[in-house]
Amino acid sequence: MSAPALETRDLCKQFGALTVASNINFRLEAGARHALIGPNGAGKTTFVNMLTGALPATSGKILFGGEDISQMAQAARTKRGLGRTFQITSLFRDLPVLDNVALGIAEREGVSLKMWKPASSYKTIRDESMAHLETMGLAAEALLRVKDLPYGKQRLVEIAIALGLKPKVLLLDEPAAGVPSIESGRILDVLADLPKDIAILIIEHDMDIVFRFAQRITVLVQGAVLVEGAPEEIANDQRVRDVYLGEGGHD
Amino acid sequence: MTRTGSYSGHARIGIMEALPWIAAIAVFFLLPDYLSLGARIMIYILFTLSLDLILGYAGIITLGHSVFLGIGAYAAGILSVKLNINDPFLQLIAGSLMSAVFGLASGAVILRTKNLTLLMLTLAITAIVYEIGNKASWLTGGADGLPGVQVNPFFGRFEFDLWGRTGYIYCVIVLFVVWFVVRRLIYSPFGAMLTGIRENTPRMHALGAPVYQRLLIVYTISAGIAGIAGVLMTQVTQSVGLNVLTFEVAGDVLVMLILGGVGRIYGAFVGPVVYMIAQDLLAKQFPEYWSFGVGVLLIFVVFFARGGILGLVDKIAARGRTP
Repeated sequence: MSAPALETRDLCKQFGALTVASNINFRLEAGARHALIGPNGAGKTTFVNMLTGALPATSGKILFGGEDISQMAQAARTKRGLGRTFQITSLFRDLPVLDNVALGIAEREGVSLKMWKPASSYKTIRDESMAHLETMGLAAEALLRVKDLPYGKQRLVEIAIALGLKPKVLLLDEPAAGVPSIESGRILDVLADLPKDIAILIIEHDMDIVFRFAQRITVLVQGAVLVEGAPEEIANDQRVRDVYLGEGGHD
Repeated sequence: MTRTGSYSGHARIGIMEALPWIAAIAVFFLLPDYLSLGARIMIYILFTLSLDLILGYAGIITLGHSVFLGIGAYAAGILSVKLNINDPFLQLIAGSLMSAVFGLASGAVILRTKNLTLLMLTLAITAIVYEIGNKASWLTGGADGLPGVQVNPFFGRFEFDLWGRTGYIYCVIVLFVVWFVVRRLIYSPFGAMLTGIRENTPRMHALGAPVYQRLLIVYTISAGIAGIAGVLMTQVTQSVGLNVLTFEVAGDVLVMLILGGVGRIYGAFVGPVVYMIAQDLLAKQFPEYWSFGVGVLLIFVVFFARGGILGLVDKIAARGRTP
């Protein structure tokens, strides 16, 4: 049996006395569509930050394709093929949309240290950026500054940047957060069309998106895995209903 | 208008970009009495340009940039006075390298920090180097500095003359070469990447960029350029003193850059020109109060022209286009 795309073993994180992740054992299979859900403050984003290396884990292991990446810097993990989007949009707001994508591709291609030829002369990077924007339906906005785009489209730029890194594993942190429902349909379409060979972990509050997108669901509560299973198992799990799906009232 | 490396823009040199060089040539013929001031302005443009590279493009905030000017200046002085090496280009290369090496070494330590900590560390390093310059008088001449720096005639022919013509031309040529290189750099993928770091460092990490390493590279380059400015200063004035290592110089160059416009290559041109001409005029009119005038100018800029003088020009131009 081949190693999962991404795996954690007894991953823990403590901020002083506060435990925000306790012994998380998690497997993301190759090509999976996996959702991570849980109430506010369950530690979902913390978990993603540990996976990407933005936050060091207190203890435990992170394996990427079987390789231990626990001690690796964030940039090195990205280079190996671990991509992410941010819950709160994190873009180069004053730069053109195209450049937002191109900067990532330039890193991937290792041209960022080239100091002599103009960036604009790297046609392959420009063309590839453009191709990703076309996939997102953003071709017409390529030369606009990101901050002049509506929020829903900014979320799409996030995804375009992540795809530009050609990730093997993609972590989507609430891709539709803050997007009005009229625009979120577009994001759903994009998610459905993501390349099948990328293993995807999505964090999402919107249960419609979760149940339409995910083949497996992990429920995180107070920093620990409550249960993991197929969507129908999760939907029918009494514990999940109690803590999360609103039987006891939603916050 | 694109001012930075961009995958979507272009990097052609615009007509307006010839202006500084036309002005530099015009000054040579029309204002022969001002060539020594002109040379000093060229040197400060060079120095400001080096600061712009790290502050304006990469977002590294520093109050200690004078240390690199000083090391370049002292390197040239020591080569001439202590070692009798008077070749102008040898001094230039050695001073620039010395400064770059110091930039690499100090940057390796301080660039691991950011914001206020970084600012304090740049101050601390400047203070330390100043004190070394003061105490190591066997090498640096201490408080007296090193007078009597000699520079051989360029190509064995062109000597520094009384009217500062050779010095002026020399400074313009060096500035031109450095400007060309910096411009390439800024419009390159490297420049685009630096802008990315300035705009959103966490995002650059997530894109797989080893940010610290990148900052260290640009810091070293900037130090090397500031070192060139230092060498020119020593060569043109034929002496070097502790004043080049002071906070005041580090503050001056920061003010010049803010005045001209941070993060634009020509902000580094406009700032020193306006600042030093204002200083020159005010110093003649009000010898005791000239810094008052400079202060007022700066207050005006930070309140009413946040992007510096060039930012203001842009705004006015934009208003002209859309009535």
